[in-house]
Amino acid sequence: MAHDSLPFIFLDAFLINNLVLALFLGLCPFMGVSSKLKTAIPMGAAVMFVMLVASTCAYGINALLVRFDIEYLRLISYIAVIASAVQLVEMTVKKFSPTLFRMLGIFLPLITTNCAILGMALFQTFRDYSFSQSITYSVGSGAGFSLALILMAGMREKLDLADVPGISSGAAAAFMLAGLLSLAFMGFAGLGG
Amino acid sequence: MSATSSKDKPMTATTFTEGLWKENPVFVMLLGLCPALAVSNTAVNALAMGVASTFVLLGSSLLISLLRNLIPKQVRIASYIIIIATFVTAVDYIIHALSLELYNALGAFIQLIVVNCAILGRAEAYASKHKVGHALVNGFGMGLGFTLALVLVGGVREILGFGTLFGVSLFGAQFQPWAVFILPPGGFFVLSFWLVVFAAVRRNRERKEAAHGA
Repeated sequence: MAHDSLPFIFLDAFLINNLVLALFLGLCPFMGVSSKLKTAIPMGAAVMFVMLVASTCAYGINALLVRFDIEYLRLISYIAVIASAVQLVEMTVKKFSPTLFRMLGIFLPLITTNCAILGMALFQTFRDYSFSQSITYSVGSGAGFSLALILMAGMREKLDLADVPGISSGAAAAFMLAGLLSLAFMGFAGLGG
Repeated sequence: MSATSSKDKPMTATTFTEGLWKENPVFVMLLGLCPALAVSNTAVNALAMGVASTFVLLGSSLLISLLRNLIPKQVRIASYIIIIATFVTAVDYIIHALSLELYNALGAFIQLIVVNCAILGRAEAYASKHKVGHALVNGFGMGLGFTLALVLVGGVREILGFGTLFGVSLFGAQFQPWAVFILPPGGFFVLSFWLVVFAAVRRNRERKEAAHGA
């Protein structure tokens, strides 16, 4: 597969260079919301949606910035777009599922500072992706984030029942688990040529 | 510091040191983890990232503390983010000008300082509520704590993964590099190890204090 073909871009973002497990982006929500499957799935969906919106807007904004030669405003404008998209998601979730809104708690507005989203928008700019490539990349990234989150949540639910030495319980054990998951994902390196 | 701040709580050593140990952003509060793992494969990268973040932390603490009475409460997070983004853009250009090699090694992660929750957390929890002097000292302590954490993680990863520390060979030519520590999983493992160490030290101290009290 060529490296700029759409299926490869998707696979690359989804498995090979998984945002969370290979690039260490979005660790805060990854650690914060992955203790229960029930919250991990909606969180993944919310992040995926914000990524799609952010990627579309980032592509347009970047074209404008380059046109007027004011690229130093890129970071500020990207962040503003992401914050607005998150606000939109927050209002939607609050309206349609107050229960879910309470379960996600502080982590919903914190999607703004989810580096996975800004990271994805920056990577797509640095790699000069076309519009369709950008969209594919954002869907792949969002799916990859959700996959990591859901896998992690499944394992942490089991970990709750395990007998872990008190001193390494909680965050330390969760990071060890993430390391093992990341090790497993290393196996995807080289996939697709 | 100006005379008007004398009504404030006096600045104590803890204003500075709490960021280093008791409230270390990475090891205790679990903030700013993404850069702590992503660019900590060598001690040099880790140090550079720490210094860059400290600069942003100092700059944004100063400005946010100065503007704390002017920023309306409703739009404070957005204002903080924009202030932080401004400093990050500056740092990005400075590093680009100073060392192209470092710039390429850190890549997009310089710009990603903007979403480092340790910095936004400081802005919200401290700089927006304290005088400039306090905010600066506290920000500097936090920045040093963050740098310390990064170098601790980066140092271990570099020693095990390359057999070097700050580029200096430690074990001679026959050392077999433990490549997994340079790769992403190594970052998680080393961080997990340091979390256990910090938890152990904290528990020991609590035990001692309890024994003294009894």
